[in-house]
Amino acid sequence: MDLWRSEPMQRIRLMVPAEAAHETIVSLGEIGLVQFVDLNTNRSAFQRTYATEVKRCDEMTRRLRFFKEQVEKEGLLKDGIGVDKDTSLDELEARLEELERELLEVNANSDRLQQNRSELVELQLVLEKAGKFFEEARDAVQPEILEAASPLDLSAPLLENAQLGQQKVTKVGFLSGLVAKEKLENFERLLFRATRGNMFLKHCEVGSLRDPATGEQVEKHVFVVFYAGERVRTKITKICEVYGANTYPFPEEAARQRQMVSEVTMRLRELSTTIEAGERLRFEVLNTLAANLTGWCGRLMREKATFHVMNKLSVDSSRKVLVGEAWVPVDALEEVKDALVTATEVSSAQTGTILEPMHPEGPPPTYFKTNKFTEGFQSIVEAYGVARYREVNPSVFTCVTFPFLFAVMFGDLGHGFLMLLFALFMVIREKALGKVQNDMFEMLFGGRYVILMMSIFSIYTGLVYNEAFSMPTSFFGGTKWVCQAEGNETLPDIRLCQGRSLSLLVDGTDPYPFGLDPVWHGTKNELTFTNSMKMKMSVVFGVLHMDLGIIMSVFNQQYFRDQLSIWCEFVPQILFLNSVFGYLAFMIVYKWCLNSHFALPNPSGPGTVNRGTADLYNVMINLFLSPGTVDPAGELYDGQARVQSILLLVAFVAIPWMLLPKPLILRSRNRNGRQEQPSGEDSGTGAAHGGAKEGAFSFGDVMVHQMIHTIEFVLGAVSNTASYLRLWALTLAHSQLSVVFYDRVLMLVVELASDPAAGLTVRSVLQIFIGFFVFAMATLGVLMVMESLSAFLHALRLHWVEFQNKFYNGDGYKFIPFSFANFTKDDL
Amino acid sequence: MGYGFEALTYNIKDGYLEGIVRGHKTGLLTAADYNNLCQCETLDDIKLNLTATDYGEYLKDVPATLNTSTIVERCTQKLVDDWSHMRAHADEQLGTFLDYCTYGHMIDNVVLIVTGTMHDRDHTELLEKCHPLGMFDSIATLAVATSMRELYRLVLIDTPLAPYFSMNLTSEDLDEMNVEIMRNTLYKAYLDDFAQVCQKIGGSTAEVMGDMLAFEADRRALNITLNSIGTELTFDDRRKLYSNFGLLYPHGHQELSMAEDFEQVRAAMEKCPAYIPIFSRMSYGESQMLDKLLYEEEVRRSVLTFEQQFHYGVFYAYMKLREQEIRNIMWIAECVSQDQKSRIHDGIVFVF
Repeated sequence: MDLWRSEPMQRIRLMVPAEAAHETIVSLGEIGLVQFVDLNTNRSAFQRTYATEVKRCDEMTRRLRFFKEQVEKEGLLKDGIGVDKDTSLDELEARLEELERELLEVNANSDRLQQNRSELVELQLVLEKAGKFFEEARDAVQPEILEAASPLDLSAPLLENAQLGQQKVTKVGFLSGLVAKEKLENFERLLFRATRGNMFLKHCEVGSLRDPATGEQVEKHVFVVFYAGERVRTKITKICEVYGANTYPFPEEAARQRQMVSEVTMRLRELSTTIEAGERLRFEVLNTLAANLTGWCGRLMREKATFHVMNKLSVDSSRKVLVGEAWVPVDALEEVKDALVTATEVSSAQTGTILEPMHPEGPPPTYFKTNKFTEGFQSIVEAYGVARYREVNPSVFTCVTFPFLFAVMFGDLGHGFLMLLFALFMVIREKALGKVQNDMFEMLFGGRYVILMMSIFSIYTGLVYNEAFSMPTSFFGGTKWVCQAEGNETLPDIRLCQGRSLSLLVDGTDPYPFGLDPVWHGTKNELTFTNSMKMKMSVVFGVLHMDLGIIMSVFNQQYFRDQLSIWCEFVPQILFLNSVFGYLAFMIVYKWCLNSHFALPNPSGPGTVNRGTADLYNVMINLFLSPGTVDPAGELYDGQARVQSILLLVAFVAIPWMLLPKPLILRSRNRNGRQEQPSGEDSGTGAAHGGAKEGAFSFGDVMVHQMIHTIEFVLGAVSNTASYLRLWALTLAHSQLSVVFYDRVLMLVVELASDPAAGLTVRSVLQIFIGFFVFAMATLGVLMVMESLSAFLHALRLHWVEFQNKFYNGDGYKFIPFSFANFTKDDL
Repeated sequence: MGYGFEALTYNIKDGYLEGIVRGHKTGLLTAADYNNLCQCETLDDIKLNLTATDYGEYLKDVPATLNTSTIVERCTQKLVDDWSHMRAHADEQLGTFLDYCTYGHMIDNVVLIVTGTMHDRDHTELLEKCHPLGMFDSIATLAVATSMRELYRLVLIDTPLAPYFSMNLTSEDLDEMNVEIMRNTLYKAYLDDFAQVCQKIGGSTAEVMGDMLAFEADRRALNITLNSIGTELTFDDRRKLYSNFGLLYPHGHQELSMAEDFEQVRAAMEKCPAYIPIFSRMSYGESQMLDKLLYEEEVRRSVLTFEQQFHYGVFYAYMKLREQEIRNIMWIAECVSQDQKSRIHDGIVFVF
């Protein structure tokens, strides 16, 4: 079985002739079965042999990123990863450099043209808008001149004053241009301050334009500013410059204006054709780029990864040989050898690569061959810790126990069915959904088979609990129970049982064949009954699960030939657990088999005893408090007292057994100078051996470790068993919540709406609609999401803590082979 | 917020950003990183090394032909991005504090542009040299002004620096000396104001920032004194440039303002116990080391601010540390590009 223990690994040394190194590493990357060990840890990144190649690759990737960005902007980007294997790296580098130059040139050209055009566009706008200002002003002046007698009229347009001033005092000049909208306010304020208010600014919005300097779209205003005096002019020019306001000449005479307008329009038309041609050229360049881009990206990712691996090899410059060390799964050795041979052929090196096995330094990596089903479970286990090399892998059992324990807490036919639909959706649409990139969803998707298993088990436990959205089903025929009313009369109809206490099985017939009898639903003592059943069931599962964990430790000890631990740890552990809690589980099952309704004659005295109603609490308490005697209320079978005394004795003997012999034997072995078996030290209790392992044997350390271990186990046996009661608590919570949602939400509105006199009205339909909506949301949100999450977490805890601490070391490290297969297109 | 009770309410508004800034702090280069950087042979090697750090994203797309200024510019961009991210998420009080931290850069930028304009430099070139943290909208307009009064009236009145300026407004023309005096007067007013703001915030912010700003004020006093020895600045004028707080205030200032050579300065400084260790590391007659020692002291104090929680000092300290780191990178890059590798260790101030 692949999953039971991790793959055996082999440490190998590769001696690669320098000229074939690249090819060799590439072919190893293609098979993806070799994990290289870094032999140059003491050297920083740029001191390594192939640092220049890595830098070259970095530079090329930078170019590719630039191309990608350009291509993406034009919407030509293609999906997927290809690998271009034909071009050599040098050729590719030259090609990329050339293409970059070409693209930059084309871009620069089109930028220049665009800039020209935007300048012309701006000029055109200035001519148009500023011309309009002047015309408006001129029109306004006409009537003004007629009543020129009042020169102090404040409402007269400034332009007129300016014109008057022109004749009288100084020349009024003006500047026209464009300024960005968000800067306009500041611009105006500064102009005002700088000229002490001696200026006039007129502006008009023209919308979004391409700024000639930056090439961005900017909201702009055309402005004309009037001023007086030459000194002010220099100031204003400077301010314009600072604010990035482009000024354009504006002729005063109308004829010259018209001439300029036509000139600008003509030049604009010419420019558009040129720009179009330029754009076509650019598009062509980008198109050719887009065709090759994915191939080149894939190629470069490979090259870079290859050089990074080559940097891990140690180099012997005199002999022109690279020496590398690596881990390989033993199964794959042949494949690796084949790959090496082909690589040598391809690179036409004179000598082949030499592969020699070597004695491992340090523990080998852990490698499990998982498939898409076991992957999810394996990652659940590995979230706790990666298995130590070759130790037993709990995932084998986790595949079943995990969904089962989840389902014990999430048992409901309906909810399980909904979850099954979701899981099936993910499993069937596997290929399409695999591409979705969303952290939350990827996590769910990774565990799709876990969810599938969980849902199937939930349906099963739902059948056992006989609950579908909290309602009982009667797939297996009717009930065999009758109800007892207050007197001893029996009720004729089983439906009348609701709200009463239920008892008495009809004599002589079989019980309900599978799962819980539906008649319990809604009775007064339903909870008393199911609680007792679920609590006992939790304890039984817990004891079985822990026993499995302890048995797993034998597999480890057997495999690592640690006889001492088997006799001094496994045996007392299993005896201790089973003589206390195993016995409890036995009594639970035994009691279930008894009929609780018929008393038997008391063998030891007068009257009768009903062994089916024996109190297990009392039995357990008396087991410790008054050993050797049995309370008549707790008697289950004959000879119980003797059996219990023996069990108690066994449990008490097991504790010193766990504690003392192992350290003492280790000490005596050490004293006699006997060689300990080296493999014996890799056993399940690594911590206990820590002292012995590192050179000097320290009895104190070993003793302390063993003491901790023993105390942990003994106390753990109690607390872990109690911990399994969470199964009961969670299943109780789940069923009660679903009952609440069903009864108090859905049934409440149904009752409200179903007034037989009124019949079906709009109001009742609406009521049911809203009621069902609330019920559905609560079921989805609270039960399907929150409850399932909490059940998942509790199942996880039961596996990590209660199960795995019995045997699992989890201190290995994962095998991460050097492989080209894992690249995605975002890695670049 | 009373002292000791910040812990109760601090995280409501500022916990997230404190987490962020502490995260950024762990991204600062370590001694091992500096070690690697010092072994670099070319600027490319420096880039390769820096790509493995927090600067990676910023240097990734820089073309192969590098120079020191590009590296420094990209590194500064990292600080600016961190800073603007924090500023954008800051609550009012912290936002004000963060703004205050950048006013120093603003003053430097104003002075840079004004001196640049005096020497007829191109204003776009000048703008590029400005520290991006100290940018304000109308900064480019500074070039228009020809006198202090104009400078104030045209431009600075809209900036947060206005109150500092209006306090000390003179109608003198701009010349080299005046600009330098202006810088120091502005700084004095700024530091006084910043210290007051920190006191108003109270709690451990006041305590931590009190220390940091006192050091800053004393360092400026020391520098002013050293730079003004042998110039025509009178003792009284010199005195006016010192801030109104700090460990040297007021007696140390009295002595500093009278100092006429380095030894006298030293004697004045050594009367303050906090500065004895700095000066005891310098032998007599050697004053070049002072800058580095002061930087080291600043780094030490900045790192110490991270020892306390629930105060704003960490933001200020982070800025200082990052700036020091950028200075270090610049020094290393310059040493590498000018083939002065033997001097590489002289200029680095290790952060940890």
